[in-house]
Formats: sequence, C-alpha cells, structure tokens
Amino acid sequence: MTKVHVQTKINGDAVEFLADPRETLLDCLRDHVGLTGSKEGCGTGDCGACSVELDGTLVCSCLVLGVEANGKTVDTIEGMATGNDLHPLQRKFIEHAALQCGFCTPGILVAAKKLLEVNPDPTEEETRYWLAGNLCRCTGYDKIIRAVMDAAAEMRQEVA
Amino acid sequence: MAKDELNTFKLVGTRPDRPDGLDKVTGRARYGADFSLPGMLHAAVVRSPHAHAKIVKIDASKALALDGVKAVVTRADLPTGLTGDEWDLQENTLAGEKALYDGHAVAAVAATSKLLAEEAARLIEVEYEVLPHVIHVDDAMAEGAPVIREGAADPTVPEGLHPNVVKYMEFGRGDVEAGFAEADLVMEKSYKTEATHQGYIEPHACVGQMGSDNKGEMWVCTQGQWFIRKMSAAVLGIEASQLRVTPSEIGGGFGGKTTIFMEPLSLALSKKAGGRPVKIVMTRSEVLRATGPTASASMDVKIGMKTDGTITGARAEFRMQGGAFPGAPVDMALYCAFAGYKLENVQHIGYDVLANRPKCAAYRAPGSPMGAFAVESLVDEMCRELKLDPIEVRIKNGVQTGDRASYGPKFGSIGLKEVLEAVKDHPNLQAELGPNQGRGFAVGYWFNHNGETSVSMAIGEDGTAQVSVGTPDIGGSRASVSLMVAETLGIPYEDVRVNVVETGALGVNEPTHGSRATFATGKAAVEATQGAIKEMCRRAAAEWGIDEEAVEWADGAAQPAGPNAGKFPPMTIKEIAAKMGSTGGPISGHHESVPDGVGASFGAHVVDLEVDPETGRVTILRYLVVQDAGRAIHPSYVEGQYQGGAVQGIGWALNEEYVYDDKGRLANSVFLDYRVPVASDLPMIDTVIVEVPNPGHPFGVRGVGETGITPPLPAIANAIHDAVGVRMTHLPINPPKLLAALKAK
Amino acid sequence: MGQVTVHLWSGLRRLTDGAETVEVEADTVGEMLDALSEAHPGVKPVLDAGVSVAVNGEILNGGRHKAVSPEDEIFLMQRMKGG
Ligand code: FES
Ligand code: FES
Repeated sequence: MTKVHVQTKINGDAVEFLADPRETLLDCLRDHVGLTGSKEGCGTGDCGACSVELDGTLVCSCLVLGVEANGKTVDTIEGMATGNDLHPLQRKFIEHAALQCGFCTPGILVAAKKLLEVNPDPTEEETRYWLAGNLCRCTGYDKIIRAVMDAAAEMRQEVA
Repeated sequence: MAKDELNTFKLVGTRPDRPDGLDKVTGRARYGADFSLPGMLHAAVVRSPHAHAKIVKIDASKALALDGVKAVVTRADLPTGLTGDEWDLQENTLAGEKALYDGHAVAAVAATSKLLAEEAARLIEVEYEVLPHVIHVDDAMAEGAPVIREGAADPTVPEGLHPNVVKYMEFGRGDVEAGFAEADLVMEKSYKTEATHQGYIEPHACVGQMGSDNKGEMWVCTQGQWFIRKMSAAVLGIEASQLRVTPSEIGGGFGGKTTIFMEPLSLALSKKAGGRPVKIVMTRSEVLRATGPTASASMDVKIGMKTDGTITGARAEFRMQGGAFPGAPVDMALYCAFAGYKLENVQHIGYDVLANRPKCAAYRAPGSPMGAFAVESLVDEMCRELKLDPIEVRIKNGVQTGDRASYGPKFGSIGLKEVLEAVKDHPNLQAELGPNQGRGFAVGYWFNHNGETSVSMAIGEDGTAQVSVGTPDIGGSRASVSLMVAETLGIPYEDVRVNVVETGALGVNEPTHGSRATFATGKAAVEATQGAIKEMCRRAAAEWGIDEEAVEWADGAAQPAGPNAGKFPPMTIKEIAAKMGSTGGPISGHHESVPDGVGASFGAHVVDLEVDPETGRVTILRYLVVQDAGRAIHPSYVEGQYQGGAVQGIGWALNEEYVYDDKGRLANSVFLDYRVPVASDLPMIDTVIVEVPNPGHPFGVRGVGETGITPPLPAIANAIHDAVGVRMTHLPINPPKLLAALKAK
Repeated sequence: MGQVTVHLWSGLRRLTDGAETVEVEADTVGEMLDALSEAHPGVKPVLDAGVSVAVNGEILNGGRHKAVSPEDEIFLMQRMKGG
C-alpha cells in the first residue's frame, strides 16, 4: 500500500515519517520514529499501555491511525521529564515502588499526568476511575494510587 | 514478631530506589518487542481455528509468491524423533498431524514487514478435517470422550481409565474412614474453578537469528533464558551452547514466561531466510489463545471435624485438565490443599487429564489456589455449622515447625501460627459490617523453590561491585540482590550494580520462578561475595605480612582479627581494589549450586465485601494480606508481591475465566472480555509482613511471590457466604452466577 | 552401604508390588533412586521423568549426591515446579 507522508510535532520536536495507512499511531511511534516507550499490551484499546496525548487529548495510540497524527502534536512518555528533571509523578512512582515489571508504567504515567492537569486534587476514587483504563497486572494498583496522590499533593504545594 | 528486635542490618530491610527505576519511568527500559536489528524480518503465525482437527494439507505457495515474503516453516521443517516433554514442546510450537486446540500454531511466515507477514499468513491455505473435541475436565475423562492422544498416559495411571487421563496420583496416611467416624460433623462437597491466564501485560516477543551453521542468538522476554535455550535447542535439534539467549526487561510473567511458545520459530524462519533476524510479537489474542493458561479443576473434598474444631480426617480428589498435554498442576494442588493442617488421617487422589485447550503453563503457586478454594471453603462452612471461629480453628489445627506435612515430610521452620496471630490483632477485623456485607478468611501455602543457580560477582577498580545473575528481574530482584551484596560487603547500596546476563555469561540458571530469585540468587550472590571477601582478606594479609586467618572483614574493610593479629589500620575495599592489578589480579567471587534451605511461606487473607442483591455484583471493601516473608529484604517489593498476588486471586475469584463456544473456540480472547481487575474495582490492599526468618538463608529469606494468589479464592467465597448466605462452589463468582444463586435461595 | 527407607506416594504401589515404603541400600540420593529403579523397574519411567526427594523435610531438587543415612526420613514427591 502506498505510504503517506505524515508531519507531526512529537514531544516538542518536528517529526516526519512515512506511514502505511493501516498502521496505528503506536506502530508509527515504535517502528518509524524509534519511540518504544509507549507499549502495546492489547492493540484493542483495553489496557492503556499505549497512552499518549494527541493535541492534548489522552488517547490509546493503538486506536489512532498514524496518518491521523498529521499536523497534530503528540506527547509520549519520552517527553515527560524535562531533561534530567523527572516529572513529580515519575519520581513518586520510583519512591513508592509503584512499578514491578514496569510495562504498564509509561501508559499509567501519561494518563496520570493528564488527570492532574484536569484535576489537581483528585480523591482516591477519582484517581481509581481515571486509571480504570490502564491495566496493571503486577501491583494490585495500591502503590500506583498512592504515588499519584502523593505526586498531586506535592504539585499542589509547588503551585501554592 | 517485631522486626526491630530481629533486624540488626544496615541495609537489608530498607527501601531504596530500585536501580532500574529511572529507565522504567522514562520509557527507556527495553522490553521484548522493543528490540530491533538491521535487516530484520517480521513474522506472523498461522493458527488453527478448530479445537481439534486433522491437518490434511498446508499450501504456502500463494504466500511465498508475494514479494518480500522470505520464509515459511511448518512442522515438516522441524526434526523428528523427539519424545516426552521435548515432543510436547515441539508439538505445541507447531502442530504435527493434528491441531489440538483453537489457536494451536500450524505454520509461520517471515516477511519484510509486519503487515506483509500478516497478509502472507492469511494466504497460507490449511485444509483441516474437523474432529470431535472436549473442553471440560469431567467430560474429557468420561466414557466416549474424544481421545486426544493415544498412549500419552504415564505408568501411574491404572487400567480402565480413559486414555485422556495421563497421570494419576494417590497419597496420604492414617485411616481417613476411621477419622470420619471419629468426627462430630462430616461434610463433603464438590468445587470447580475455571482456567485463567497469567495476564502479564507484555505479550510474548522475541528476535531470533540463526545461520546455516546452526549458531543462533535470541533476544526475548522470558523468566528464564536458559530454559528458552534448552527448550528451543531441543525443538530445533541444535546444540544448546550454540544458542545465545539474552533476556530483555520483562513485562510480567507469573510463571507464563518459563517456557517456549513461538520463540523457536524465529530461529527456524531466520535460518530459512538466509540468517536474517526475525522478530515475532504476539497479539493479545494470540497470548490468550495459545499461551499460558492455568488448569481448570473439578474437586471433591470431604472433612471430618469434632465440635471443638479438631479435624479428624480429610480427603481430596482433584481432577484437572491442563490442555492437550500432560502437566496440569494437580500434584501441587494436592500437596498444598491441606498443608496448613496437622492431620493424622488424610488421603489425596488426583487425575491429570487432556482436553482441547492450550498447554497450561505455570501460574503463580501452580495448583495451590484451586486446592485452597475447595478446602478452605469447606473448612469455613464447617466452622459456620459448628459455630466456631474460623481463625481459632486454623490455629487449633495449624501446623508448626517440625510437624508432619499433609504430603508426608516434616516441616522445617514455618510461620503459620505467627501469621494467624497477626491476623487476629489487625484492626480490619474490628471494622463494622453493614447489610449485604460479609467477611471472609482463608489460609494459603506455597513451598518456594531453589533450583539451579549460578552467580558471579567482581570487585571494580574503584571498590564497587558488579554482580551477574541469571534470574530476570520481574519485580525488583535487582534491588534486593544489591541490598544483600552491599550489606555483606559493607558498602553503600548504590555501589553495587546487579546485571541480569545472557546465557553465555554464566552457568545454567533456572528461571525466576517458584519464588526463588531473592532466595536462591540472593543466597548464591552472598556466597559469591563471601568468596571475594576471602580473597580481599588474603590480599590484606599478604600486604601486612600476617596470616590469612588473622584477617576479618567488617564495615567494608579488611581488619586484623583481634589484638594478636597485629596492629594495622583497616584496609578498605577501595584501597584493596585500587591495588588489585598489582597484588594478584582481578578479585571476584562465584557460586554455583542448587541451594538448600528453602523456607516455605504461609499467608492468610481477610476480605470484607458487599454484595449488590439487585445485580449480583461484588464490591471489595477492605482487603488484608498477612504473610510470612522470612525476612523482607526490600519491604516495598514484598508488599508489592502480596498486593499483586491478592489482586490476581481476586480476579480469579470474581471475573476471570476462559469461555469456550460450542465449537471449542475461545470466546473471550481480548482484555475487554477476559476482564482482569482494574483500579476502580479495588480498595487499597493492606499488608502485614510477618518475619519468621528462614534459617536456610543468610538473611532469612523465604520467597514471597506466590502464596498471595492462593487465599483470595476461598476468602471471597467465604465472605460472600457471610454477606448473603449463599455458598458459591464454582468460580468465577461473576454477577450472573451470584444473582442466580441469590434467586434460588 | 546403609539401608534407607523410602516413602513412596501410594499411587506408585501398583508399580512396586504393593509396597508404599521400600528399603534400599544407598549412601546418596542418587544411589537410592537407582536402587529403587532396580528393585522395581516399573517406577523407573516415573523417576526418569523427574521427581523431587524430601530428606528430613528438605525438598531437594537436583541433589543426587546428597548423602542419606538409615536415620533419615526420605519421601519421594512429584517434581516441584513453580510460577
Ligand atoms: S495497546 Fe492500546 S490500549 Fe492496549
Ligand atoms: S508493573 Fe507490571 S503491569 Fe504494572
């Protein structure tokens, strides 16, 4: 199938690639752009391991076609830290041991970051429902929820 | 036992950041599918759409005619003459005469892109002759059931049983009938559990490369690179040492990544394609259809109890199907079933049965959850009947160090009693319960495992330490091994780097399985470190001109042992390391063994839940895990194992199951339909780490990974009984099932 | 060589002429297994397929050279595996 030229801004950088129209954004990020931080756990929109932001909207990149990203901005886990400064969520995930195998972690961090943007002071229940689309098989979620809430608390203090 | 009384360590028991944390929160960590090589091809696998079918013909000509399609392999490309387990592995890798389950691999194709490989796979024509199939264990051993494979039974199977029964076991002691006669209450019930999947979020993935000289390399997500090597070599008829297997970071395994599925195909395709590397990444649906599930079980349990709670006799008969191959963990299920009880009269009978389902793989404490579901459900019901406290009944009958286990040998040091006492003291037991709410309690057990272990460590020129281990790090084992090595050397945690290495770098290691990594690799790492310490003491002694025996190691330095050794200032590891090139060369330590001193782990869980009588939906309100860790090296990751195990058990109890249609096809091969617990299903999972140190490990480690999945199955059934008065004996207890039971009440 | 008593699982009785404990001459686990196979050829395929041996409560995997003595309590178990 003829490939399509796609122009995007990924993590702040202008990026161009050629996409087969059948390829998902996740495939394009991983196979054409070399950003393998976003993971494929299911390919059907059920696990959230592929979570990215597309023009500021949280999406499962396995449910978006690569060609749909043309002219849009994409933010992935690779863009979450500023240089060597980790996002508070990233620090708190390490501190709280909120990852075991770590495979779900990139998707959960991207989703949690969005949560804290729309709701800087989420309750436990709000956090759990927001992350209900991100499967983690290792942790039982306990430490993930604690890490997100602790990061939120720290970020609120920084703002105040 | 309070930890502070026991723990005199500087590092062991602390919670430093894990060494791979930064890579894992930034997306840099490289998992199975993240690896690529120049010139790499991509593969797709053709799978049987039938549960049981003769393969009449495979025609790949149309696929091979496509531009960019480089190779196709079928069973005809694999060597013949394998037997036993190796034949099973080969047959599961690629079907031979028959496809044995929906999803069974039949052919594989490599092409220049993933999309092209998928297209080519669709063009491979397979002609099947569909055969009658059987899915459920009781059906599979009934008269007239379709025979899956003649002659698969091992010599333990008595005559007269269906050929699908491939293994039979029977063991026990005392006189159970006399035991029942002594009892005031005898109850007998049947239970069923359905097959579940380990559900690791990372699908299987590998890149394999092999030339016409049969020398190969593989990069793969696995719990055990040497297992992959041995099994792939056997299936392909190549020499193990000519295959070098490098493990990637692993996105969960839970037992399901201790064996091979499509990995040898990457090598076979690569060889046919002129040695170009071949990548295979499974889809989720392939993972569910063709890898790992655990067995399903049908179980009868009979127990006799006196009015004071004493158990006088117990009998279990378990039947399990583990797919179209021998290996259902019915043996382990029986061993664990009554492990928590001190019994004079006990009998176990088990059947391992073939059915048209994928070959089961190990899943966290294989077998133990099923056995616990049956036994702990019945014990709970009997406690209710006799109006006895279920925790007191466990304490009364509970095994202690030195008692004879239900399965024969005597227990070494165990901490069941300490666990039960800790449960009693926990504030969760005081929480008030409202209408339709109930509390359930159950105990679980796992042996833990040692296994072949080889560890190498070396001192760096700057006095830091590198450790090469062979057990992939799934849940923080690099952190715990670093802690143990740093503690032993007396250096900072940050000065140790633990590397999980490829098969060429060490002797054989069994996988990270059986809760063995922190126990066995940790023990071997400490032994290896002692070797290096001995050498450092020798170097110091030579420098000081005193006897080797007159030097001891403390606080990261060689020191004269006692006043008679002479007066020398301590020689630090940094000083020794800086000079090692001129004092005899590199300083390193090795240890190879199957370490003894395994310590078993008991756990007990308490769940509070609420049943919605309108819908049958169960909501978990509170959850408590109490388990004996022996010693928690890094408590956060011990808690993580407890929490993760509990939640997998909750999923097994309430939602997860393999659903088959009437043609024997898996009906729920995506995460939407195979529903694992999500964050909004759960409360926080409270944990208590009990530490009854294992005398067989230098720091007292038992291994904590597996026990935690066991108690949730019965604990939840028990809590549902407490909440709404119905006894659920068939898992999962999903809303339709529970609603039907409530209606029938 | 010492005479050691091996406790089998009772499912093996059919292969050992009804015996549930078997006495064999052996100084090591390996000798014990070999002697068992020799005395009761029916169990050989089961032993070859892999078993675990518990000596005084310690479940040995791959301990053929471990010493055993007449006082030891020896149980044959199905091969241990884990997740
Ligand atoms: S891979 Fe996109 S949701 Fe699972
Ligand atoms: S940490 Fe393994 S899936 Fe979440």
